[in-house]
Amino acid sequence: MSASNQKPVAEGLFTWPSDEPQLIGSESSGRYSFPARPNENQVLLQRRGTLWGFTTQQFRPPSPPYDGDDTAETFQPYALGYVELPGELMVQARFTESDPAKLTIGQEMELRVVPYTTRADGTELLTFAFAPVEGNSQ
Amino acid sequence: MTDVAIVGVGLHPFGRYGDKLCLEMGAEAAQAALADAGTEWSRVQSAYVGSYEVSNPDAIVGWLGLTGIPVRGVFNGCATGGTSLQMAAQAIRHGEADVAMAIGMDKHPRGAFSADPSVVGLPSWYGQTGMFLTTHFFGTKINRYMHDHGITAETLARVAAKNLANGAINPQAWRQKAVSVEEILNSAVVNYPLTRYMYCNPDEGAAALVLCRADLAGQFTSTPIYVRAAELRSRREGAFEVQSPSLPVQSAPSPTVDASRAAYEIAGVGPEDVDVAQLQDTDAGSEVIHMAENGFCGDGEQEKWIADGDTEIGGRLPVNTDGGLIANGEPIGASGLRQVYEIVLQLQGRAGQRQVPNNPRVGYTHLYGAPGASAVSILSR
Repeated sequence: MSASNQKPVAEGLFTWPSDEPQLIGSESSGRYSFPARPNENQVLLQRRGTLWGFTTQQFRPPSPPYDGDDTAETFQPYALGYVELPGELMVQARFTESDPAKLTIGQEMELRVVPYTTRADGTELLTFAFAPVEGNSQ
Repeated sequence: MTDVAIVGVGLHPFGRYGDKLCLEMGAEAAQAALADAGTEWSRVQSAYVGSYEVSNPDAIVGWLGLTGIPVRGVFNGCATGGTSLQMAAQAIRHGEADVAMAIGMDKHPRGAFSADPSVVGLPSWYGQTGMFLTTHFFGTKINRYMHDHGITAETLARVAAKNLANGAINPQAWRQKAVSVEEILNSAVVNYPLTRYMYCNPDEGAAALVLCRADLAGQFTSTPIYVRAAELRSRREGAFEVQSPSLPVQSAPSPTVDASRAAYEIAGVGPEDVDVAQLQDTDAGSEVIHMAENGFCGDGEQEKWIADGDTEIGGRLPVNTDGGLIANGEPIGASGLRQVYEIVLQLQGRAGQRQVPNNPRVGYTHLYGAPGASAVSILSR
């Protein structure tokens, strides 16, 4: 699928298109926020951090607000949690790895931009997710 | 400062009641509390009525009587019941009323709470991408806590089994069937590491209290229970909280810790003085964490406490003797007042088959919930 059929779920969340996307946060008096707060200086957050804690979503979330193109039957569980970006903040995100047995607190994680649903017109909506850094799990 | 006593308690058991109106359940709980105090609505001079689903909970006067008294609706997330108790006690302390009521009721649709993220000030994408669920907070917090403090999944299952076993001997509980530790561990995972039986569910029900100036308590009962403290705290910067797209790296204690410390200080007692407790058990992991956050044990000591049965009826600190949220469900507006109802019964020695055997003098209730609020009360004979 060509990039023209993809678009971010919301503007201003992450740099896109990009081979090395970054979350767009903001900073004020040393306090970082994500998503960026209006009237604060925008900053690009680090792409790598460490896994702070996680859980999984094993059933399809109430919809709306969830707008995945799946059904209760076709829903694929996903993992999510917090990644600590040193000196910046802890960010809550979905993970590309859905098996909790393959996630370890403290492991290094890196930002990705991934499709999570396809609209009726074929447009893929993109969101951010962290992936375990290969060969670096503890 | 004027002392405040609880002189009557009432419960509309939690569960599912078809077409029955939420306000009707609230009115029945209120009438039960008035009957318990041997009095009538006409004596009540101020009331606080908590609900999430009923937009005008003060409409309960249509059922109880149009006496013209000030009646205030209360909503403060999962801390609503504790907030109603605190405000009713303050109305007495401030001299607005000699006799006041705290009433809570709710009637939730089935399944996980759902709403548009904008109602709590969060962006649409947070809901669209499947992140706007309070249960993610509970799964993530206990996952980290287990890692840091050596708590096992079996301990979580034992806590759920205890609360369901307590529910099985509580004729007013929603869930009255004991479930084995093994079955709880093997039931479907909802949010890793939490399984289906480790979670409470939203449901329906109501609870109510009659409170009065302590020097008037003898007019209503020979066994008043005194409100030694009723404290409410919101979150501080850095607290790990529900529905936070990001958090500071520098952490702060949960509002539970702040509410608990304030309550102990005001009551002039410590955790070692508490004989029976009700701790918010949205899930089994929450109860484990709340044992430490409320000062009853150190982080990690829960593993031994639970293995030794210390929080069972008959243990050193019975917790959630009526089955807690896990066996009763959570009608948000009423949940905290159910906790107080149970503690009052325990302190008065009328909790029936689930009565704790240690002749309890001091009881404790604790609520915690979105968006980061906690209410703690300390009650005593």
